[in-house]
Amino acid sequence: MKYLIKNAKIIDPSNKLDGKFDILISGGKIAKIAEKITDKAEKTIDAEGKTALPGFVDIHVHFRQPGYEAKETILTGSRCAVKGGFTHVLMMPNTRPPIDCEKVITEVNRIIGKDSINNVYIASAITKKREGKELSDFGAYKKLGIKAISDDGDSIADEKIMELALKTAKKEDLLVISHCEDRKLSANGVMNEGFISSKLGLNGMPKSAEYKIVQRDIELAKKTGAKLHIAHVSCKESCEIIKKAKKEGVKVTAETAPHYFALTEENCQTYDTRTKMSPPLRTQKDVEFIKKSLADGTLDAIATDHAPHGFHDKYVEFDRAEFGIIGLETALSVTIMELIEKKIITWQKLVDLMSTNPAKILGITPPQIKEGADADITIIDASKEWKMFAEDVVSKSKNSPFLKKPLRGFVEYVFVGGKLKLAEGKLLRC
Amino acid sequence: MAEWTKKDLIGLEYLSREEIEHILTVTDSFKEVNKRAVKKVPVLRGKTVVSLFYEPSTRTLASFELAARRLSCDVMSLPMKTSSVTKGETLVDTGRNIEAMNVDIIIVRHSMSGAPYVLSQALNASVVNAGDGWHEHPTQALLDMYTIKKKLGKIEGLKVCIIGDIAHSRVARSNIWGLTKLGAKVTLCAPKMLLPMGVEKFGVNATSNLDEAIKDADAINVLRMQFERDSTTAFPEKRKYIQDYSITSEVLAKAKKDIVVMHPGPINRGIEMSSEVADGENSVILEQVTNGVAVRMAVLYLVSNGKEKL
Repeated sequence: MKYLIKNAKIIDPSNKLDGKFDILISGGKIAKIAEKITDKAEKTIDAEGKTALPGFVDIHVHFRQPGYEAKETILTGSRCAVKGGFTHVLMMPNTRPPIDCEKVITEVNRIIGKDSINNVYIASAITKKREGKELSDFGAYKKLGIKAISDDGDSIADEKIMELALKTAKKEDLLVISHCEDRKLSANGVMNEGFISSKLGLNGMPKSAEYKIVQRDIELAKKTGAKLHIAHVSCKESCEIIKKAKKEGVKVTAETAPHYFALTEENCQTYDTRTKMSPPLRTQKDVEFIKKSLADGTLDAIATDHAPHGFHDKYVEFDRAEFGIIGLETALSVTIMELIEKKIITWQKLVDLMSTNPAKILGITPPQIKEGADADITIIDASKEWKMFAEDVVSKSKNSPFLKKPLRGFVEYVFVGGKLKLAEGKLLRC
Repeated sequence: MAEWTKKDLIGLEYLSREEIEHILTVTDSFKEVNKRAVKKVPVLRGKTVVSLFYEPSTRTLASFELAARRLSCDVMSLPMKTSSVTKGETLVDTGRNIEAMNVDIIIVRHSMSGAPYVLSQALNASVVNAGDGWHEHPTQALLDMYTIKKKLGKIEGLKVCIIGDIAHSRVARSNIWGLTKLGAKVTLCAPKMLLPMGVEKFGVNATSNLDEAIKDADAINVLRMQFERDSTTAFPEKRKYIQDYSITSEVLAKAKKDIVVMHPGPINRGIEMSSEVADGENSVILEQVTNGVAVRMAVLYLVSNGKEKL
């Protein structure tokens, strides 16, 4: 099927086009980009006033299947990713059973093949059952096309095992994604440790629980030469450690999530459990540092850590509530409002952070808007105001702190491999 | 006088100086009721009060129940350990079920900080916090302040010292908010590990030296020390604590002669306080308990007419 996009502003750092262009999509590829295309197409999209960006890539999502299908499935997760403009996502293996062996990977791949409407990749577990004790079979992973491994949700507490994992990952050329949290330090904690946790009477999670493992894993990456990616960086100290390591040439990359540059521990004061996540929301100073680190390249990517939880998992006492929030459908708006509008980053940088860099980190071809490339395109209205209400959320779960809040920047159209999946902000039947 | 508008009492952090003063003024009229031969007024006749206690309590529960009965409320208390909470019902579901029986006021005690806050947001019934985790115990602080005011005639400008495990004390937090709002100078005194995180932001002085803390204090509030607390939190050695922080006659000899000595109970005699002090002439511990009923009558009366959520 042929599509013609008319009058789109194109932002793609790999392809410095300035002005309005028409884009012709044919046979899954971008066939032509020109100021005026007159070719016939089955569908024409008027993108006047809108911006075409390379499809977004989120290297940190939880789709909960198998095992927690009431929270999310690959079908609903994939649809909600497309709603947010993401053409590629990497799902974490903390499912039930965990994605830790050929059998489970094959089953999950079967579901992906059947249900997903965008490109869903799997990060499989570093250790068997994610117990942090015995390495999974990395050789088998490689054979199955796995590109990244992670025990996300937990750190590997035993340094020796982490070192062995990095060594083996280096041999198999796998990316190791590390959730950095020292449980001895964060034990029983439910929010950032400080005056606010003290005032609220909640157990704190000190920043050291995060940055000490960031430091440890970076040293191990340096020693083993493995590719290390630090998940969901939330505090200043972690940024400083990563910046220093990069300067020294350590192969380390890092991501943060929109909530870590949009919200602070102050948001926990109403005991609203949609502010409970791990790592926790930090201070305003950390937020400023996270922003700066995104701008200066210390942090390479924005990932959502989309963590769906059911109503009854969250609507309980703060201590009892599950950690995590959904993020795919609001990531663009929050990034525009916090980073673009506040002049922290440029649009080119936004594309780097939300598409090009995460793709490179994962080792897939970055989506590009150029002739001959796969047509993975996200068309947005950067100034459209909207609000997300629970009933509009595509994810099965509604645990977002941005519900009912004024948002700006809206995903209008999404092409995945040349197929139109979202039009005028609505998912198409496909 | 500010009108009372809130339907709940969750903590003193959430109240203005005027609102706190209003509660203390209303307490005066109920204190008088408690002295009568017939200790009952029809102020809340026909209203229903349910107490949901997820944590054991004797004094606070008795005080709230008597307060409600003396206001002519119908009262029921539900010890939550034996009921549906063990069957996996959520806090909010339990609250909504009770509210569905047209209950007007729910009194909650909970081991988890914020539980009454969450409940107050979910329900239209009034929610009164009878102590949540380490967060707040507002009626205890109100009765402490009321007792100080009756004894010393004012609160503004007084030096009040809170001694003990402040880090893990909801009584301390509520007292800090209430006393500082009313213009008292608050000093916290404890070994460093028992001072709250971020102590410098609470608007108080803090010291680990007892002599310095009580030197010119007008009142002291001595907290219960729970050495049996879980092993994950740092705790001083018991003998050392008694040596450095126990309030004895010798310690009081260095303080102002008419210093007011308070304790929220239950007392560990010989640990945080000696028997001579607990039963001595500076002690107002039983007056606190007496005043507690009047304070809680005032609170129940006020919230029953309030509509506003936090």
